[in-house]
Amino acid sequence: MSPDRTPAHATPAHAPAPPGSAGSAPAGGGSRPGRGQDVIHNIGYRGYEGPRLGRSYARRALFSQTLRGAYGLGRSAKSKVLPMLLFAAVSVPAAIVVAVSVVAKSDDLPVGYSEYVLMMQPLIGIYLAAAAPQAFSLDLRFKTTPLYFSRPMERGDYVVAKFAALSAALFVFTAAPVLIMYAGALLAKLGFAEQSGAAAQGLVFCALFALLHAAIAAWIAALTPRRGFGIAAIIVAVTVPFFLITALQGIAWTSDSKEAVGWLGVASPGTLLDGIQSTFLGGSSQFPGGQDLTGAQGAVYLVVLAALLVCFYALLQRRYRKAGL
Amino acid sequence: MFNPTVARLTYRALLGRRRALILCALPALLLVVSAAVRAMNGADDAVASQLLGDFALATLVPLVGVIAGTGAIGPEIDDGSVVYLLSKPVPRPSVILTKFLVASGVTAVFSAVPVLVAGFVLNGNSQQIAVAYALAAVVASVAYSALFLLLGTVSRHAVVIGLAYALIWEALIGSLVGGAKTLSVQQWALALAEKVAGSGADISSAVGLPTAVVLLVVVTVGGTLFAGQKLRTLTLAGEE
Repeated sequence: MSPDRTPAHATPAHAPAPPGSAGSAPAGGGSRPGRGQDVIHNIGYRGYEGPRLGRSYARRALFSQTLRGAYGLGRSAKSKVLPMLLFAAVSVPAAIVVAVSVVAKSDDLPVGYSEYVLMMQPLIGIYLAAAAPQAFSLDLRFKTTPLYFSRPMERGDYVVAKFAALSAALFVFTAAPVLIMYAGALLAKLGFAEQSGAAAQGLVFCALFALLHAAIAAWIAALTPRRGFGIAAIIVAVTVPFFLITALQGIAWTSDSKEAVGWLGVASPGTLLDGIQSTFLGGSSQFPGGQDLTGAQGAVYLVVLAALLVCFYALLQRRYRKAGL
Repeated sequence: MFNPTVARLTYRALLGRRRALILCALPALLLVVSAAVRAMNGADDAVASQLLGDFALATLVPLVGVIAGTGAIGPEIDDGSVVYLLSKPVPRPSVILTKFLVASGVTAVFSAVPVLVAGFVLNGNSQQIAVAYALAAVVASVAYSALFLLLGTVSRHAVVIGLAYALIWEALIGSLVGGAKTLSVQQWALALAEKVAGSGADISSAVGLPTAVVLLVVVTVGGTLFAGQKLRTLTLAGEE
């Protein structure tokens, strides 16, 4: 019964000895003489003396875990199917675009880098709607958030790691087709300097796209423990404003209020990013009539983008002031 | 075949939680936008048709259909509480039929009624545009409910697959590949709207009316029957 008992003590005659007798016998082996009865509770647990990896390690671990989880890596084979299918669906058309321009020997890609990302918005929205609740809602549903917060990790660490991982997953998802197109453009011997510049702008656009959409989706997913509900809410928040604003822009365009087309675009994440890429990142506008923004509109677009990012990130931080729901 | 208790449970599951918020927010958005467009632009048949066709029928109805259709059975299968329902002496096809009726009712109420009101707000039902689109929304609601209820029994990712169908197949591929439109609930419903609306209303569908009606009936009846069959042999998957 004592921590360092010898084989001699383990004989059947000694095994059922009551605690009182164990305390009076020299069974303590000299480790803690005179401590009396509490010796019986010492069943050999040892303290941890290895390295403590600390907050930053926990943050990095949570980041990579979430990023891998967003593509189903480290999860069951079944949960790899959907992200991989969507990833293929967003990348394969890029390869086709490249192949077409190589065969046709055109001197430019038929679709711009950031235009391509904007065209793929429904697919990206669905990937985001599937990935965000997986990253956020399941921790709430299975009540693992209190376990995270019982580690040296703090609220800010959890939010930063999860948000960064979701943004990174989305960035990989959007940047992969851009890189495919860039590689194809170089293989087709389109102008190197010109294509590199455009691809770099495309990547910046991908980063902005990923940050904004991840912020919105993360906040919505963090509000609900139910995955199905999170998926529906995110897709509604991302696609409905886009379709609505596009329809309204069409109406404004046909009724000859051209100025209104630009102002309306502020109101949905998709059109906001569209305006920014056409004004600042050298893309061509998807607005009706391919209309560009005026200088004042461009400034407002940037301010709104920054405000949305800060606002949704602050909301996400605020959400985790309480670990449960 | 209709089981009032199952109907009540389904109805409360659909409208009791925050699901109801999304279900209310979408129609409210449509109404606000229609009022704003009317106030800025005045009554215009082309604008009304554009808004109701491009936004209401293409986005609102499928989304409400996905939420109500998969929400009628998906969460129950997901959290395993469906076994308590299935262990009762209620025929499973009748469970499905009841859930289908409730889901299509909810979808119709939250999509067709706002479409009708929005149509009247936009142009006072000139050329029967409001009635035509509302009718199309009702028909589409029924078909979507059957389709997404079936998805809910077949797959754990019913919501994602349903959204992929509604947003990618109908919107993206349908606009690029003409043939994909033949297999689109939205186009079948539009065929009906085309018939009802006046000739100047500029509603056009990619499929003829007889084809549309046959396909709608096949999808609705077939989806419900197959979902009933699927529920009879349902195995509960563990958490991944």
